[in-house]
Amino acid sequence: MSDPTNEYTDWEEFEDGTLTEEEVELADDRWADAEIEDSARSIDETGDEKRNVVAELMRERAAKAQSRADDDTVDKMIGIVDGEAPVGIDDGIDLAAGAGAGKLQLVTRQTQIKEFVLASVFFLCAIVAVLGVALIFAFVAYKAFPIFTEVGFGNFITGTEWSGTEGKFGIVPFIVGSFVVTLGALAIGAPLAVMTAVFLSELASKKIRSFVRPAVELLAGIPSVVYGFFGVVVIAPIVSRLFGGVGFGPLTAWIILSIMIVPTIATLTEDALDSIPMGIREASFAMGANQWQTIYKVVLPAAKLGIIDAVILGMGRAIGETMAVLMVVGNAPQLFAGITRPISTLTSQIVLDMGYATGTQRTALFGMAAILFIISMSLVLTVRLLSRFGQEMSG
Amino acid sequence: MEKNQKVGPSSYSEPLVDNPALVTFFIRHLNFWYGDFNALTDVSLDVRKHAITAFIGPSGCGKSTFLRCLNRMNDLIAGTKVEGTVLFDQADIYGQGVDPVDLRRRVGMIFQQPNPFPQSIYDNVAYGPRLQGIKNKAELDAIVEKSLDKANLWKEVKDILNKNGLALSGGQQQRLCIARVLAVQPEVILMDEPCSAIDPTSVQKIEDLMHEIQDQVTIIIVTHNMQQAARVSDYTSFFLQEVAGEPAILVESGPTSDIFTNPIDQRTEDYITGRFG
Ligand SMILES: Nc1ncnc2c1ncn2[C@@H]1O[C@H](COP(=O)(O)OP(=O)(O)O)[C@@H](O)[C@H]1O
Ligand SMILES: [Mg+2]
Repeated sequence: MSDPTNEYTDWEEFEDGTLTEEEVELADDRWADAEIEDSARSIDETGDEKRNVVAELMRERAAKAQSRADDDTVDKMIGIVDGEAPVGIDDGIDLAAGAGAGKLQLVTRQTQIKEFVLASVFFLCAIVAVLGVALIFAFVAYKAFPIFTEVGFGNFITGTEWSGTEGKFGIVPFIVGSFVVTLGALAIGAPLAVMTAVFLSELASKKIRSFVRPAVELLAGIPSVVYGFFGVVVIAPIVSRLFGGVGFGPLTAWIILSIMIVPTIATLTEDALDSIPMGIREASFAMGANQWQTIYKVVLPAAKLGIIDAVILGMGRAIGETMAVLMVVGNAPQLFAGITRPISTLTSQIVLDMGYATGTQRTALFGMAAILFIISMSLVLTVRLLSRFGQEMSG
Repeated sequence: MEKNQKVGPSSYSEPLVDNPALVTFFIRHLNFWYGDFNALTDVSLDVRKHAITAFIGPSGCGKSTFLRCLNRMNDLIAGTKVEGTVLFDQADIYGQGVDPVDLRRRVGMIFQQPNPFPQSIYDNVAYGPRLQGIKNKAELDAIVEKSLDKANLWKEVKDILNKNGLALSGGQQQRLCIARVLAVQPEVILMDEPCSAIDPTSVQKIEDLMHEIQDQVTIIIVTHNMQQAARVSDYTSFFLQEVAGEPAILVESGPTSDIFTNPIDQRTEDYITGRFG
């Protein structure tokens, strides 16, 4: 960024927030230096200048007090306001103009080409992601399309029975199953993750943070089959003993899945909290708020959008999770009827049947994939719209 | 209170106030450390009630550090240490069991960078009163209006109270922060270079409001703008770190007119006349 003393525009930039704090501080210092230099110069020239300046200031002050007493304020003081303008700034402009006058370098053709190529490369990278989404959706939809003619769209998405042998392809149990598993996991995992992030970002000492944070991050590195295994061997028996049933069902899936989404949500929430300026925490403490009030009333609301983003991503991870869910959810194509009764989800059912399914059943699996795709897309969009709406309400 | 005690390690000694009730902060032999770094040494000062006191001195000489000792904001920085006496209204703020949270409610602070919460203007001002348990809408409305009015901001924002505080200009944001502090009726307001990042019109309005609220609150303002110190303050203290890495000292304190026209210490004279900075 350009020399902050050169132009007023830098101060406008600061108002826009494009100047960093350091730059503003630098500008401040230069401003102060320039002011001091300036007054020093004038004092060197005329010995008694200082006394005059101060006497002048004193008079201004007395006049101000007087005019305040007279109860007619602002207009008379415009002069003093002008006196406040940074003295060194004019000098800055002169210097800058003197140094570079008439000798500005032109942009070379080479630079232009380089910049164009670079921009194109970055553009292509961005396009790959967008194209990927579009292509995958097109492929799945194409493979799924026959189901709508063979079974009928209505029967497919409102049917409650699934049986390949009887030719019944209703996917309501799986849609419900996916929602039950995802929302339950979020209800447990999101608060857990957000509290973990608050602890790491606001409360923990450096030492504690230095081993809790890697531990949280490691959770993300554990393969989902290992989570599933842990669910089968450890959680399922406990659930079975405490709540009855076989131990495979929504409850077990919630417990496993909620741990799996903690690192996603916690890491992103922590980033959101860290990006909140220290200044507003200080402001809150300086108002006589304690740590909890500061977190609850200032920090979390300020990080709201970041936290919502984190939860969306956690939700995406939960709804798409396949292997761990498959291993603990019971895999019965029936409607949700209790937290310990085996169910099945869109993802787990696709994997279960994909190995042997042929014909209409195979097509139905693609149909389920397409539905899953649409559901996660609309979840993301809904939450985004909601959060934008929320932002407008509060802003 | 001790009469002829030296104020700061300088040859200049401000006559101490006889009546302790007139002193808001009574500070003696204050030392401050950031870890191993001794930032301030042997600072002694009386801050008078309902006066405006300015702290001046070059960048990095510990003005902010000293200011933040007065409402224990430095407690929030790990590894800091304070030695010496700081009495606020004759009570030792570093005494055993003193709740810094309560102290900060009575000693408000304005920072160099305006730092409104990313919430509505109304919620910003209502923050403190709500912390104190005020829920009644009419009561909050009244406090918000009165505080914004005192902060010379009411006219500009009265129709946009639901707008986000960050949507205001920098100068307006700073006045919003002042209103936010005024809403809890502090006894003291510490201002750390409140005008160095904002537009001249707002500077004017802030200087005005300082005088307007002077009979209700004691104000201490850090500024590196000497004209501002001369314009707004009744008393001035000059801080200096003579050697980099060594602790800073309070060179001289006194009525602003004396400090600016008849400083006792040569170093004060040099600073005022811009010989170093
Ligand atoms: N958080 C901190 N940790 C360590 N040193 C600090 C910290 N804040 C300030 N200092 C040091 O303390 C000295 C005084 O700083 P400060 O009080 O900010 O000065 P001023 O406000 O007069 O510019 C400086 O040398 C500065 O580098
Ligand atoms: Mg400072």
